[in-house]
Amino acid sequence: MSLLEIKNLHVGVKDAKILKGVDLTVNRGEVHAIMGPNGSGKSTLALVLAGRDTYEITEGEILYKGEDLLEVAPEERAREGLFLAFQYPVEIPGVSNVYFLKAALNAIRKHRGQEELDAMDFLTYVREKMALVKMDETLLNRPVNEGFSGGEKKRNEIFHMAVLDPVLAVLDETDSGLDIDALKIVADGVNSLRSEERAFIIITHYQRLLNYIVPDVVHVLLDGKIVRTGGKELALELEEKGYSWLEGEVHEEAVAHA
Amino acid sequence: MPETATLVTDTELLEQHVAQEYKAGFVTDIEQDTLPPGLDEDTVRFISAKKAEPEWLLEWRLKAYRDWLEMKEPTWANIKYDPIDYQSISYYSAPKSASDGPQSLDEVDPEILATYEKLGIPLQEQKFLAGVAVDAVFDSVSVATTYKDKLAEVGVIFCPMSEAVQEHPELVKKYLGTVVPRNDNFFAALNSAVFSDGSFVYIPEGVRCPMELSTYFRMNALNTGQFERTLIIAEKGSYVSYLEGCTAPMRDQKQLHAAVVELYAHETATIKYSTVQNWYPGDVETGKGGIYNFVTKRGIAAGRAAKISWTQVETGSAITWKYPSVILKGDDSVGEFYSVAVSKGWQQADTGTKMIHVGKNTTSTIISKGISAGNGQNTYRGGVKILKSADGARNFSQCDSMLLGDKCGAHTFPYIDVQNPTAQMEHEASTSKIGEDQLFYCNSRGIDAEDAVSLIVNGFCKEVFKELPMEFAVEARKLLEISLEGSVG
Ligand SMILES: Nc1ncnc2c1ncn2[C@@H]1O[C@H](COP(=O)(O)OP(=O)(O)O)[C@@H](O)[C@H]1O
Ligand SMILES: [Mg+2]
Repeated sequence: MSLLEIKNLHVGVKDAKILKGVDLTVNRGEVHAIMGPNGSGKSTLALVLAGRDTYEITEGEILYKGEDLLEVAPEERAREGLFLAFQYPVEIPGVSNVYFLKAALNAIRKHRGQEELDAMDFLTYVREKMALVKMDETLLNRPVNEGFSGGEKKRNEIFHMAVLDPVLAVLDETDSGLDIDALKIVADGVNSLRSEERAFIIITHYQRLLNYIVPDVVHVLLDGKIVRTGGKELALELEEKGYSWLEGEVHEEAVAHA
Repeated sequence: MPETATLVTDTELLEQHVAQEYKAGFVTDIEQDTLPPGLDEDTVRFISAKKAEPEWLLEWRLKAYRDWLEMKEPTWANIKYDPIDYQSISYYSAPKSASDGPQSLDEVDPEILATYEKLGIPLQEQKFLAGVAVDAVFDSVSVATTYKDKLAEVGVIFCPMSEAVQEHPELVKKYLGTVVPRNDNFFAALNSAVFSDGSFVYIPEGVRCPMELSTYFRMNALNTGQFERTLIIAEKGSYVSYLEGCTAPMRDQKQLHAAVVELYAHETATIKYSTVQNWYPGDVETGKGGIYNFVTKRGIAAGRAAKISWTQVETGSAITWKYPSVILKGDDSVGEFYSVAVSKGWQQADTGTKMIHVGKNTTSTIISKGISAGNGQNTYRGGVKILKSADGARNFSQCDSMLLGDKCGAHTFPYIDVQNPTAQMEHEASTSKIGEDQLFYCNSRGIDAEDAVSLIVNGFCKEVFKELPMEFAVEARKLLEISLEGSVG
């Protein structure tokens, strides 16, 4: 059974159609990259997976571990191992990062029937994970994302991911706004978490990140549809020819079908 | 075909959260010695006689009563309520067994002790939070003051107001009504006429009060008003931290609470006054019952570099009308106001502060956090006045409002009156709907909506909570959690 199966997914907001029939299958152990220009619907797909209810699913279905994901509340999805690294991480003033993560991890552990960690054990555990993404200790005690630089926010997302130990991690443009060193740190973090049990969907605008996280499959999302799926070389081809290359093709196709 | 509509929306969840029950709403079954409803000069005389007060105090009460008759209930606040029938209220109620006054804790009615225990108030000494002395006011009388002896060793007086009138009449006479005049406003005048009890605190020169002082007010009797009066005097160079907590049982009728608190800080003295108010807010669904909390609190930082700091966490009451204020009279004196006010269900809160700068280089800080949920209405009303004499005065105000759900409201009325051009004023304000983004972010990390709300709200209030004494910060956080949590399925 595939970990994730998206079938003919149509998503809109009010009258606007954003996703227009997306199909995607992800198995455990795989890393998928989804590339596409701004506005093509990448974040919408990520947010729908995480359960954001501002989006209306008008058609299609999503199966996660064989079950209807759309029936499951966002926090339950997270507890079942689904994780989203946000393109725009949210600030929570006054709530320390470490306190927040402890609440999150313990909610997940409780769901898994594991004992909740106390403050001491949690701190030990968290320090390990911090090393993984070379997080500065001071970011632990600062309010969640408040006053973090763009890069710090993105690294913090990867840190959250490492702490929460997901089964399916969706990373939405975690690479944008990172300098090359930060990019490598993020990639190292992801690579060290790669395993047979876990799958990743890496959403990115550029091919750059894929030099460090080598994907098994690359998809191109254009105007709400996956227009091309290929191996890692597809990313390079895109880098060379630009999205307009595929846009043209889609256009031609549309004309041919007309 | 699956629809997102099958997922409960954040707004719905929020509404479930805020529909919670009041946890202090039990009634204590003891015999009460209660005056029948009604108010006239004889009522005032009765109360004064009951407390064997000196003539001057009776006269003072009567003058206040006559002033009150001439005064009109204020209407400027952003609150709505049916007219209060002042003749339908009982102005005095005491547990019967206490009519001769309990001499020690052993003599306090066990039912009353049990009541306080249920509230989690540590009346029995062995159960005390370390270093907290408690005065407990039950309806109109003070039932127990603990740690009195230990405080007496350093010269600190901490006793019920009625006792202070007997034991320290010179101090009461000197200070009573000097900060909040007898006829200051409608509710203060009413209080001056019929005040029943309250706490009296005196800190001698140079003494740092060795423990937190604390009063718990509980309104129990039906149709009773509570009119306590508190007076705190800090002599030169002294320090005191005082905390009041309040609860009331659930009643269908509205109950009136009209207290007056006066703080007097001499040169370089500091008075820190904290309130955790959890009066019964009325029925969450219908708005029936609840406490009308009309309170006048004012402090004077009278001497050079005196400091008065108010911290309040207001989660209860059907209506809150309350503006703890500071008169910054001494040069270099400091006034602070830190507030968290919650209005949920049908609660209405109109609260804020007034900082009146008189002395040179005086500094005031205002941090106000309003939280509205359900159908609650929350108003911040703050005044900063810089008088001509106040060279180099500074004020910083920050008023933040948070809305949970879309049927509640937040309103901000900052009044600024600057008569001295050297003043430095800074004002920040924000209103945010509890971010759906924030909630979703929490959810996406496995935190359910209920925990997310309490997490976000506590974060929002952090600057205020950190001003509370440790033990009470924990209590306040819990109270806030309880008052915003509900039955999420
Ligand atoms: N909540 C929303 N309300 C209205 N329009 C939206 C919303 N979210 C996304 N869109 C629109 O949907 C399209 C796809 O957006 P998005 O998924 O963020 O794209 P990407 O992440 O690929 O840049 C854009 O045209 C965007 O304006
Ligand atoms: Mg995006």
